[in-house]
Amino acid sequence: MNIKSQKDFFSGLMFMAAGLAFAWGASGYPIGKGARMGPGYFPLVLGVLLALLGALITFRAMVVNAVDGDKVGRFAWKPLVFIIAANLVFGAALGGLPSIGLPSLGLIVGIFALTFIASNAGEEFKFKEVTILATILAALSYAAFILLLKLQLPVWPAFVTA
Amino acid sequence: MDLFNNLALGFGVAFTLQNLMYAFIGCLLGTLIGVLPGIGPLATIAMLLPATYALPPVAALIMLAGIYYGAQYGGSTTAILVNLPGESSSVVTVIDGYQMARQGRAGPALAAAGLGSFFAGCVGTLILAAFAAPLTELAFKFGPAEYFSLMILGLIGAVVLASGSLLKAVAMIVLGLLLGMVGTDVNSGVARFSFDVAELTDGIGFIVIAMGVFGYGEIISNLSKPESEREVFTASVTGLMPTKEDFKNMVPAVLRGTALGSLLVILPGGGAVMAAFAAYTLEKKTKLRPGEVPFGKGNIRGVAAPEAANNAGSQTSFIPLLTLGIPPNAVMALMVGAMTIHNIQPGPQVMTSNPELFWGLVASMWIGNLMLVVLNLPLIGIWIKLLSVPYRWLFPSIVLFCAIGVYSTNNNTFDIWMVAIFGVIGYLFIKLGTEPAPLLLGFILGPMMEEYLRRALLLSRGDWSVFVTRPLSAGLLAASLVLLALVLLPSVKAKREEAFVEE
Repeated sequence: MNIKSQKDFFSGLMFMAAGLAFAWGASGYPIGKGARMGPGYFPLVLGVLLALLGALITFRAMVVNAVDGDKVGRFAWKPLVFIIAANLVFGAALGGLPSIGLPSLGLIVGIFALTFIASNAGEEFKFKEVTILATILAALSYAAFILLLKLQLPVWPAFVTA
Repeated sequence: MDLFNNLALGFGVAFTLQNLMYAFIGCLLGTLIGVLPGIGPLATIAMLLPATYALPPVAALIMLAGIYYGAQYGGSTTAILVNLPGESSSVVTVIDGYQMARQGRAGPALAAAGLGSFFAGCVGTLILAAFAAPLTELAFKFGPAEYFSLMILGLIGAVVLASGSLLKAVAMIVLGLLLGMVGTDVNSGVARFSFDVAELTDGIGFIVIAMGVFGYGEIISNLSKPESEREVFTASVTGLMPTKEDFKNMVPAVLRGTALGSLLVILPGGGAVMAAFAAYTLEKKTKLRPGEVPFGKGNIRGVAAPEAANNAGSQTSFIPLLTLGIPPNAVMALMVGAMTIHNIQPGPQVMTSNPELFWGLVASMWIGNLMLVVLNLPLIGIWIKLLSVPYRWLFPSIVLFCAIGVYSTNNNTFDIWMVAIFGVIGYLFIKLGTEPAPLLLGFILGPMMEEYLRRALLLSRGDWSVFVTRPLSAGLLAASLVLLALVLLPSVKAKREEAFVEE
């Protein structure tokens, strides 16, 4: 058996897995009957439907010919890791991580951290350029979000303001 | 005439200095973000939504509508200058628009897109105003069974007209519906799929999904392509105004595009996309005037008609949202989310209980369109400058604005963790070639569908035949079947694939 369309094959598997997971989760809630649906009824039906659709997509991917095998291609690990990491670090900087005793470092520190980490995702990384970019972004964000829109964000580290 | 009284009321609301200002800011911001390559209207609205939180509801909606139009217009600008369609409906604009830009006629192309959109927007606003009242009347006759069937029709319409694999689009909708189930079930109070996480009992925020999948997913995918693939025509934009000859070609094309766009969007779903494709096809079928440039080589009609059709479509897609409370596409689904944040439940009651808001919004749509022309044609130089900003400066800024936007929605870091997860999922969707827009539509409709299904079956005591014995509901379901059958017909199927592949 060979896969004619890699993209369809794996997306079918993904839908099947998601459908089964939701259906399995839903079966743990009261199902009820048509006239009195429990919380599990609708998700169970949908989960089963999604799993079936996934199976159908996977099946078609092995039967119907596609151009060049419709390859998924290489994952762009570098941008994936750096973009997501930048986002996570920014969140940690804003809110702090009480579980490991990290205090809130505030918006400005967060912006610098995010810009420096995210910039690694690109093709080139120039320290001076990124520093300037981060400074501009920090100033702009302070003006736009804190002064103009008055969002409730911690601006400076908690141990400085306290 | 009721129509004029209503419009007068609307213009009275919209023409206050404050609301005009918000419409202006909305258009400006929308264009500013929308013009950035790789950011479609969805991501733009999601990113800018937090900026409207502090405003009163009417002002917030007016600003959002402005953002929407701005984002769309910005998208066309990018399409013409960079050969990058920011959204599916400007895919056809790219064909002739980019060719015009290469010949140094980017100015007339942008003007044609702007003026065409403006005209179509005016017609669309009138249609919206005219149809809103009767449709609202109809909406009050709807019971839960009708609403459920209408949503089925809407969802099927959305996938039928979407590009790509039909099966995968349906699967994405179902996945979206399931994601919408996460959180506390209103009827039983059971927290579903919450894994005992307190934040998840409120459900997943739609901003989290929109930004993760459309913002981060797109950025990661853009970064994986080498930068040299992008080519911008910035230096060669000189004269803005189309020549007399251009106008002669443009005007009938705009008229045809508008008519087609207004007609086609009566179909639920991605009407705007289909309208743009159909308008382009129609223009190609009409005879070339002597001395006219052939299509695909930079014909101005190939820009004006699809843009007009597209804008007529985006205007009229507010109709189902405002009258029935049902979003016909993913952008409108975001609008539902925005309205709920401002404590407005979209639906027929908006027009009766809150006429200022309803008609004010309608009027400000027209004002928004006008502003786009007044604002954007002179400012095109600035937008073009923006396009020449290197991507390595842009993407960290986009990541930052997404993160701040997500955090400020609930002032909660949990949403930032969630958006990271959905960013990874979004990239996975792109890699697997699954179009994510139906997911968002399903996500917004999920809880509504379940609620209407429950109520319909409760009233019928569990009898499923209620969906076919009530004439309105049966009609809607029959329409969905016809729609589905139509796409599955071999001849139509081939045409559909041809239309989406053809470039």
